[in-house]
Amino acid sequence: MSIQTRQLELRAGERTLVQGLDWRVADGECWSIIGRNGAGKSTLMRTLAGLRAPEAGSVDLDGRPLAGWPLEDLARRRAYLAQSRHDAFAYSVLETVLAARHPYHARRYWEGSDDHAAAAQALDAMEVGHLGARDVRTLSGGERQRVAIAALLAQDTPLLLLDEPANALDLAHQVQVMGLLARLCREQGKTVVMIGHDLTLAHGISTHALLLKGDGRWHAGPVLEAMQAPLLSDYLGHPIETIEHGGRRIFIPLDAHHDRHA
Amino acid sequence: MHPVHRPLRQRASLIIGTLLLAAVASLLVAGMTGSISVAVSELPDALGQLLRGQPDSLAASLLELRAGRALTAFVTGGALALAGVMMQALLRNPLADPYILGISSGASVGALLALLLMCASTTVDAAALAGAVAVSMLLYWFARRDMRGGVAAEGGASTLLLTGVILSSACIALVTLMLSIAPEGRLRSMVFWMIGDLSGAPLRALPWIVLAAALIYALRSARAMNVLALHADAAGTLGIRVGALRKGLFFVSGLLTASAVTSAGSIGFVGLIIPHACRFAFGPDHRVLIPAAVLGGGSFLVLCDTLARTVVAPTQLPVGAITALIGAPVFLYQLHQLRK
Repeated sequence: MSIQTRQLELRAGERTLVQGLDWRVADGECWSIIGRNGAGKSTLMRTLAGLRAPEAGSVDLDGRPLAGWPLEDLARRRAYLAQSRHDAFAYSVLETVLAARHPYHARRYWEGSDDHAAAAQALDAMEVGHLGARDVRTLSGGERQRVAIAALLAQDTPLLLLDEPANALDLAHQVQVMGLLARLCREQGKTVVMIGHDLTLAHGISTHALLLKGDGRWHAGPVLEAMQAPLLSDYLGHPIETIEHGGRRIFIPLDAHHDRHA
Repeated sequence: MHPVHRPLRQRASLIIGTLLLAAVASLLVAGMTGSISVAVSELPDALGQLLRGQPDSLAASLLELRAGRALTAFVTGGALALAGVMMQALLRNPLADPYILGISSGASVGALLALLLMCASTTVDAAALAGAVAVSMLLYWFARRDMRGGVAAEGGASTLLLTGVILSSACIALVTLMLSIAPEGRLRSMVFWMIGDLSGAPLRALPWIVLAAALIYALRSARAMNVLALHADAAGTLGIRVGALRKGLFFVSGLLTASAVTSAGSIGFVGLIIPHACRFAFGPDHRVLIPAAVLGGGSFLVLCDTLARTVVAPTQLPVGAITALIGAPVFLYQLHQLRK
């Protein structure tokens, strides 16, 4: 599923976060959005998800304006992982994941065995199958995050928008989730747009990167070109060095007192 | 692997079936209990006479007298419990109840004003309804931004909650003012109205129509309510029309509350404790919770009202005092169990 933005402008109060964003995401691409806190990453993600209107410009999905999509059709094409969630009620893990099947049977009162199969598969993919009956409010932060990602997988959409999927995950699960997302792009042709702060991890799995400066400036391109140390240092406001190790590029933030040329 | 789940549908039928039986049983208990009790052996004959419309025996006449009040109690309890479930889903807060937004306080202002002016009981009901509608309109006007989907901040609906709490305290101030200037002779009826009392409530068709319509709306929205309760604004990305659902929940729960307090005054705790108890026993899934709360709330109020008119007979207690006396300890017990 493709995304095309035209002259997109995003503001938070008086601050212009993103200006004149002409950006195209094609089928099967895996994008990382990179920028400092408050640079407009989540605002852009919420705009792409249709949860807020842009201040100016337009977003098209598969060549059709976002507002022109019926909500239910859109829900079968695009899934969104929020940055944080607040659980007010004691839903079980299984119920949480089954709820993500809503767009497939809005007319049915109960889920069918197909939904249960999709939910079980998603839970197993995120290694939380054994937690099915647990109250979501009793899970650890990392477990809750994996359940949320499992719900996203159960929604089974060609476009995945993830706001910090690696949040609260331990090292092993960060690598596992990122690997899974990369595989979904490569093998199933899904389109992934995600926000992340781990540059090395993002570089390892992304095909493209979108850098946001937070003052309106942006830079989009394939990782090889967009994730160069000087460009990243500028956009993140902190000196960054890269080293090549075992065929991978490692990003190292320099110590604030460290002299780069020493 | 996963534990084998009994199919949800089967479990739901079992729960609803049991609660239906409990509801019928509570109505029968209400009919049999009183200053002159009706024996179980007399029941089939008396019910038969009632159904034929010719209550000849004493037992049948007693049943007929008590049935009207018991049915009013049932519809009131069911409406309050359903309004509570909807309000909790709308505000995403399990501590919300139908009175939290001040709709019942608005009804109190109307009803007490009418009682103060010595109006007829139909005028009191009409004034209560007018008060409830007026507060709902104000609420909607102040908090209409919260009713839209997508634009409210994460954890939205807080303007609605705060506005409701403030409107409610303003109404309570008016109520206190009226109580302090009311002459002695009218105080008792005013206080009883506020606590909630079913002794003067006539059996009407309208509350049943409101409850039936609200139940149909709630069951049709049950799955969307689950998604809204889980995801708040992000429910939109799962195909939920968040704005329309919030407006629907607000108006339907407001209508139920207005309908309940209009005929029986503001009976407390039913709208809070019944949704809680049902969630505790059957889980938060609205597809089971909604019918369970209606049946549970109805049966609970029927039994409380039976207690209210028998426990210190011939004196009748206001049913609101009984619901609070039972509700508070049960609620605390649940809370304690939950924290363990």
